[in-house]
Amino acid sequence: MKKSNCCLSVLLGIVLIFFLATTSYGLSDVFKDNIYHPENLKPTDSVLKVKIGDRAPDFTLPSVFGKKISLSRYIGKKNVVISFVPAAWTPVCSDQWPGYNIVKSIFDKNDAIFLGITADNIPTLFAWTNQMGDLWFPVLSDFWPHGRVADTYGVLRSDGTTERALFLIDKKGIIRYIDVHDINKRPRLESIVRELEKLNK
Amino acid sequence: MKAMKKNLIHFIALAVCVFVFSSTVMAAKSPPAKGAILPEIKLAVPAKDSDRSYLGLPASGFFKIPQIKARVVLIEIFSMYCPHCQGDARNVNKLYNMIEDNPKLKSKVKLIGIGAGNSSYEVEVFAKTYDIPFPLFADMDLSIHKVLGEVRTPYFIGIKINNDGTHRVFYSKLGGVNNPDQFLDLMLRLSGVK
Repeated sequence: MKKSNCCLSVLLGIVLIFFLATTSYGLSDVFKDNIYHPENLKPTDSVLKVKIGDRAPDFTLPSVFGKKISLSRYIGKKNVVISFVPAAWTPVCSDQWPGYNIVKSIFDKNDAIFLGITADNIPTLFAWTNQMGDLWFPVLSDFWPHGRVADTYGVLRSDGTTERALFLIDKKGIIRYIDVHDINKRPRLESIVRELEKLNK
Repeated sequence: MKAMKKNLIHFIALAVCVFVFSSTVMAAKSPPAKGAILPEIKLAVPAKDSDRSYLGLPASGFFKIPQIKARVVLIEIFSMYCPHCQGDARNVNKLYNMIEDNPKLKSKVKLIGIGAGNSSYEVEVFAKTYDIPFPLFADMDLSIHKVLGEVRTPYFIGIKINNDGTHRVFYSKLGGVNNPDQFLDLMLRLSGVK
């Protein structure tokens, strides 16, 4: 009995060590020590309110660069990739959009625009995205009414942040792809590129 | 008294376990130190002939970094998602060209990149975007990044390979190349290779 309890303690210790040692992000030094590291979060924490084949709910949100942007402005002109990321100044989010920033040519080739959205306010988004270099795509704030657009799509988490989610909307305004990703992980670039290329086949 | 003894046994078991395993797992929380050896990292031999030839590797299989045919290997830990790595790519390319254009260094100093958390596709995108001329390797599951101490990017590690195949880390630092002339000078001075 004692032996089995002892083994349990050893097992607990191993699990503890490996749990503590599994928070690896590959974070860029561009953000220095300004990144807030949350604990491992519940992978998803919302229920989608739209599905593939639905007309994408329209929205108008303020952009970091001052103008308001509506989804409807792209109907008939561009495919749209919407990227919700949970929060500014957090590990995975900070190393997601800078990758999209170097693949404008892929978006151009597939006649697509990229819209980045978080539920942070404009000043926070301004300071955060400034670290990423000159972004070619609009960054939109879904801060007020808080997370309304995220909630309309069903990706607002219970703590007021959004899911890490990608929506692909075609030129007719129809949702063609949804990826509500594990919030702790970055979606692979090739997944969204593959879906974009499918639209043009 | 019996319960106390039982708790003490549990505490000792847990402490021993933490001590033993932390020395292996948690040690990777620090990057390789100057004077140390690299943790064992196995990379797939590149598919491209030019990359294999550059590194002096056989046609297929896996290799360890000190098996690269060179006196000095400079390893950049980067990510295609890292703005500093994107901004420094031109400098790293210039460093590579300075080495390749110098007949005395060409066969002695080699450069590789490891894409922390990047898939092969993402590494390829980075290589194409910035015309990277040296071999890049994907570390999609961050397993290499983890054994290298979960460093921020870009991070450079320099190793010197001895004639007997042993090696030592002579440089291990956060930051990019920034100034290729100064960086190359520093690498040659620290490694003692001229």
